[in-house]
Amino acid sequence: MAGDRAASIDPDALSWYEATARQRVAALADPGSFQEFLPPTERRMSPHLPLFDLPRAFDDGIVVGRATLDGGPVLIAAQEGRFMGGAFGEIHGGKLVGLLRAALDLKPKAVLILFDTGGVRLQEANAGETAIAETMRAIVEVRAAGIPVIGLIGGRAGCYGGGGLIAGTCSRLAVSESGRISVSGPEVIETNKGAEEFDSRDRALVWRTMGGKHRRLTGGADAFCADTVFAFRRAALGLIGRAPAFDLATLEAEQARLEDRIARFGDCRDATDVWRRLGVNDPETVPAMDTDAFEATVARVREADHDAR
Amino acid sequence: MTLAEILASLFPNGHDVTVEDGLVSGTGPFADGRITVVGIDGDTPLGVDGALRLSRIVLDAIRKGDRSPILVAVDSDSQRMSRRDELLGLNECLAHLAKALLLADRSGHPTIGLIYGHSAAGAFIATALATRVLAALPGANPSVMDLPSVARVTKLPLDKLEQMAKSTPVFAPGLDNMVATGAVHVVLDPGKPLGDQIRDLITGMEPGDVRDRLGAERGGRPVARAVAAAVIDQARRG
Amino acid sequence: MESLTFRHTTHKPLPGSVPNAIIGVVASGNLEILLERVLPPDACEIAIETPIAGYGDVWEAVVADFVARAQPGGIRISINDGGARPDTVSLRLLQGARLMEA
Repeated sequence: MAGDRAASIDPDALSWYEATARQRVAALADPGSFQEFLPPTERRMSPHLPLFDLPRAFDDGIVVGRATLDGGPVLIAAQEGRFMGGAFGEIHGGKLVGLLRAALDLKPKAVLILFDTGGVRLQEANAGETAIAETMRAIVEVRAAGIPVIGLIGGRAGCYGGGGLIAGTCSRLAVSESGRISVSGPEVIETNKGAEEFDSRDRALVWRTMGGKHRRLTGGADAFCADTVFAFRRAALGLIGRAPAFDLATLEAEQARLEDRIARFGDCRDATDVWRRLGVNDPETVPAMDTDAFEATVARVREADHDAR
Repeated sequence: MTLAEILASLFPNGHDVTVEDGLVSGTGPFADGRITVVGIDGDTPLGVDGALRLSRIVLDAIRKGDRSPILVAVDSDSQRMSRRDELLGLNECLAHLAKALLLADRSGHPTIGLIYGHSAAGAFIATALATRVLAALPGANPSVMDLPSVARVTKLPLDKLEQMAKSTPVFAPGLDNMVATGAVHVVLDPGKPLGDQIRDLITGMEPGDVRDRLGAERGGRPVARAVAAAVIDQARRG
Repeated sequence: MESLTFRHTTHKPLPGSVPNAIIGVVASGNLEILLERVLPPDACEIAIETPIAGYGDVWEAVVADFVARAQPGGIRISINDGGARPDTVSLRLLQGARLMEA
């Protein structure tokens, strides 16, 4: 679509957080290489949202297709966090599941999932929830076929709910500082358990607990990016080449890694306590660190890099 | 049915399944060998600790290499909602449990979910929905979110949602709707021995993920399968 | 939801040969516009889906102004509105037309 072409502005300057899903895809892929499946002209729109008197989107909030990345063929899915919070509805989920199943045929160099989601779209909750389960099964099959599935997380909606579980199923994850990964969102925890459990208005607490820096330091993500499309592109290219296999050895290693994490940090109240135990000298300074300083800190943390995913 | 009744029906000659902190684990005689039972009982929320205890059992079963079936019995709350769980990476722990179950399936262990109570959200995805065949017992109540919470988030009046829920399976909580979307494959008959019914499910297992086909056939998810198929079709045409 | 459709005759076709383009996102105060070069060169059709009912005359005026300025002959325009203000609609329509002229 022409909208994609016009959006292919300098990926070095384009903010991942501010960009739309279409802009991210166009600037992430090799210039002009993206070819969309079920493009907006096909008008595959939610059959359910009109019942709720809600507007629909021509792509149901997800862009899927093929492209090349440094010349290598990849499949890409990008969620639009601004439409219904990037949440999984029936068509949205069906497009992602279809893309992953297509990967088994096409055997691309990788499948890239550009997460930007609050989880399940409540107006289509059962369809969204089931699609998340189908997506996780499909990712496992793609990974078992030797194709890396790489998640890129740095959008407005973060990666919440079932999106967090899908992210945990990927071969590798790249995050930016604003890339929040979690199952229960801050508001959900506060609504159910009270503000003394989680004060969702305390944005610094949200970043410390769920943000990209915490996930990277604890090994919940494998690469940390500045908030530009270029940085995510470079990270994706790096991660494709070192994706762990999907087998019993990997899951045994992940079991040990996660058990070790809970044994060591299970009594920590705050992320800064975790960072201190990880050996970060001055954990209070982490949130304010620029990308280079943070990378240098990560390099000294043994737990940050592993193949146990 | 309660878990005790389920186990009595499944294993009339006894079993070693126990429940600790709401986590179900053990084995019982099944066909010519044994079946591994894991799960959550008593509407218990699933947090990082519980997820890793269950995944440990599943990985141990895979390591044995005997291809014995794994039954995932579920009466859970949603994921445990807490600052500690998210700080410790609940998304990784729940995904790890789901991956363990999916690996078991790939490694030749038939995985059967059995929902006999409640389950919701992340706990549901990481357990019952990560099995190859998901069965339910009458009275089970899977949901993504209860209607009062849906009303809060969507800002729609509860009585309107209750009206819509009657005709729109795609969003409403409850077993019938999860059957209609294809997430739950079958509802078992509590009046007949469960062992036989589960054996039949294992015998009849189909390759691939059939849930979107079931959702289309049953009308609860009218377009997901066609959309996925259209993506595959356009990808092949290249 | 309210559906509105406006049909206009233009003096000339929209220049360029781009077959279709999309701009914007369906979000609060925003909208997405899909443009397709599928009509006779002197025809333009604009179909709108909006959750905010009762503003047909405002839409009519915004669309008429756009058609007069851009002369988008040959273009079918489909809009999913998220409750955008008229100035946002005008801006997006002109941006969309520019994409088609590239």
